[in-house]
Amino acid sequence: MKILVCIKQVPDTAEVKLDPKTNTLIRDGVPSIINRDDKSGLEAALQIREKLNDGTTVSVVSMGPPQADVALREALAMGADDAYLVSGREFGGSDTYATATIIAAALKEIGFDLVITGRQAIDGDTAQVGPQIAEQLHIPQVSYAEDLKLGEDGKSIIVKRQFEDKAHVLKVQLPCLITAIQELREPRYMNVGKLVDAYNSEVKVIGFDDLKDKLNPDWIGIKGSPTNVVKSFTKQARAAGEVLTDLTPEQAADAIVAKLVERHLI
Amino acid sequence: MDFTLDKPHQLMETLFRNFAETEIAPIAKDMDEAEQYDMELLQKMQRYGFFGIPYSKEYGGQGADELAYTQCMEEVSKVDGSTGITISVHTSLCCSCINSYGTEEQKQKFLRPLVDGSKIGCFGLTEPGAGSDVQGAQTVAVEDGDDYVITGSKIFTTNSGFADTCVVFALTDRSVPASKGLTAFIVDLKEMPGIDISDNIERMGIRAASNCIVSYDNVRVPKDRILGKLNGGFKIAMNALNNGRIGIAAQSVGLAQGALDNAIEYAKERKQFGKPITKFQNTQFQIAEMQTKIEAARMMVRRAAVAADNGENIAVKAAEAKLFASDVANQVTRYAVQMMGGYGYCREYPVERAMRDAKITEIYEGTSEVMKMIISGAKLK
Repeated sequence: MKILVCIKQVPDTAEVKLDPKTNTLIRDGVPSIINRDDKSGLEAALQIREKLNDGTTVSVVSMGPPQADVALREALAMGADDAYLVSGREFGGSDTYATATIIAAALKEIGFDLVITGRQAIDGDTAQVGPQIAEQLHIPQVSYAEDLKLGEDGKSIIVKRQFEDKAHVLKVQLPCLITAIQELREPRYMNVGKLVDAYNSEVKVIGFDDLKDKLNPDWIGIKGSPTNVVKSFTKQARAAGEVLTDLTPEQAADAIVAKLVERHLI
Repeated sequence: MDFTLDKPHQLMETLFRNFAETEIAPIAKDMDEAEQYDMELLQKMQRYGFFGIPYSKEYGGQGADELAYTQCMEEVSKVDGSTGITISVHTSLCCSCINSYGTEEQKQKFLRPLVDGSKIGCFGLTEPGAGSDVQGAQTVAVEDGDDYVITGSKIFTTNSGFADTCVVFALTDRSVPASKGLTAFIVDLKEMPGIDISDNIERMGIRAASNCIVSYDNVRVPKDRILGKLNGGFKIAMNALNNGRIGIAAQSVGLAQGALDNAIEYAKERKQFGKPITKFQNTQFQIAEMQTKIEAARMMVRRAAVAADNGENIAVKAAEAKLFASDVANQVTRYAVQMMGGYGYCREYPVERAMRDAKITEIYEGTSEVMKMIISGAKLK
C-alpha cells in the first residue's frame, strides 16, 4: 500500500501576531513545527506500515515555501520513507480551494492508496483543505478520525469519527482520504539515526512545471482563490470567566440570577 | 569559521530537547529520590538511538557525530545529570574503546549490540586505591592456557548495576609501571562466573545513575577478549577518558543551563519588596554573568567536539573544556539556588538537584587538578 501524509509547517503558537497592513501572519522569530493533527496522522500511517510490514510505504507531502524543508526532514527522521515539497511562485497566495487543487494534482502525480491529512492547521483553523483534496480527487473521505484500523479485506479502513457528543464508526473503501485529529495517535519522537539519514536523502520538489498538465493556472495562486480576506485583526482578550461547581440546579439558577443582577443586566 | 549549528544539528537539538522535556524531566526527581534509574526510560532512549550517536551505521550505530553527541549530553543534563552520565559512560568510555581498538570481529560482536540499542556498556578502570594515580592499580590478569584470569576490584563503575558489557583494565605485567603493564579486556558482566556487583554506592548527586563496586574473583576471560595490544591498556584508557571529558563538559553545560533557566522562571514570578526579583539589578547582573559563562563553556565544548570530528588530537581541548565547564556548572548551580533563596534549597524545585549533580563533574573522568596537569603539561613541554 502507498500512504501519503499531508503535513503543514506552522508557527509554534496560536498567539502569533498579524501584520496589520498585509493581513498576513508575522512568522519572524516564531519557531516552526509540524502541525499537531498532521503529526498524529503521520504516526497513524507509520503504524499501519509497521503492522502490515509488506512493503507499504509512507510518503510525506507538504506545500509551502522552501523553508518547509525542515518539517519534511523531521517527518523523515520520524520514519517516513520519502518526502515531497510542493513549492513554487505560482502557488503563492492560494486560499484553501486553490491549495487543495494544487495538492490534489501533486498527489495524483505521486500516486496513492490512502491519503491522511490533519483535520486543520493551527495557523488557519479552516479544516477545509483535507476535505477539498478528497473532492478534487473524487475519492471518499472521513474527517475527524480519532481511531482507525485496516479492514480485514485489506481494501478498506474502519474509522472512528469524532463528534461533539458521540462517535461514528465507518467503513470506507480504499483509495480514500482521512483527516486526523490529535487524539488519533501520540506521535513518536525523531530517531537519531533516521535524522542523519533524513539529511542524506533528497526532498523531491514538485513545482508548477511538474504539474502543468494537471493544473489550470487560473485555478491556483491569488487569482485562482475565491476567498478574499476583507480584514484581519487580533481579538481583544476577555477576562477569565468564573466557574462555579457542585451546585444543585436551584443553586445554579440563583447564582446566575445574582450575577446578572449584580451586573445590572436584569 | 561558523559558530552557528547547521540544519541537521539544529534538528538534533529539537529532537533531544523535546525528548528530555517530555520523557525525562517529569520523572527525574523520583529517580533521584529512589536512587535508581528507570529502565523503561533507558530502553526508550535506546530505541531512539541515544546510545550509539557518534558511531558508524556500519556497526549498527546512528552515524551522527561527536557534536550531536554533546548536544544530547547537554539537553538531557539540563533536566537530569544522572541521564547524562549514563549515556556518557556507555558512549564515550565503553564504546569508544571498542570502536578505536577493537578488531573487526570484536566490533561486530561487542560494539554492534552496544550502539544499536540492545546492550549497555560500562568501564572499569578506577580502583579503591587507584583514582587519579593509575599506578596504584592492583587488579591482575594472569595467563592460563587460552584464557586470562582476572582478580581484583573496581570501584565507582557507572552503569555496572545493569550493564551487559564492561571494558575492564587489569595488570598483565607487574614488573613494570601500570602505564606499561595494563591490558584492556571485554567482559560480559552478566554472564561470566566470579563477578560480583555491589549495591548502588550512596552518593551526593547523580543518584539515579548506577554506580557500584565490581569485584572479580578468578574471572576467566578468553584471550580473544583482549582489546588492543597486550600491555597496551593504559593508552586505551587515556584515549577513552579524553573522549569522555568532552561528554562531561557538555553535561556540565547542561546542568548549568537547566539550573539557570529554572531560576529565571522562578525569579520572574517571585516578588520581594513589591516587585519581581528580576527587576533588581543584582538579579539581572547575576543572570548576565551566569549566561555568559555558560555560553563560553558551550563554545569550548563544541570546539573540542568539532576537533574530535576532524580527527584532531583532543587531549588538551577536552581538558580545557572540562576544567572550565565543570567550574561553571558548580558556580551557576550554586548561584541558581541562591537566587531562589529558601525555595531553591527545597527539593520541590530541581535546582538543588542540579547543584548536587554538578559537584561530580569536577571529580570524575579526571579531576580538575588532573585537567590542570594536562593543560599545563602541554604548555610547558
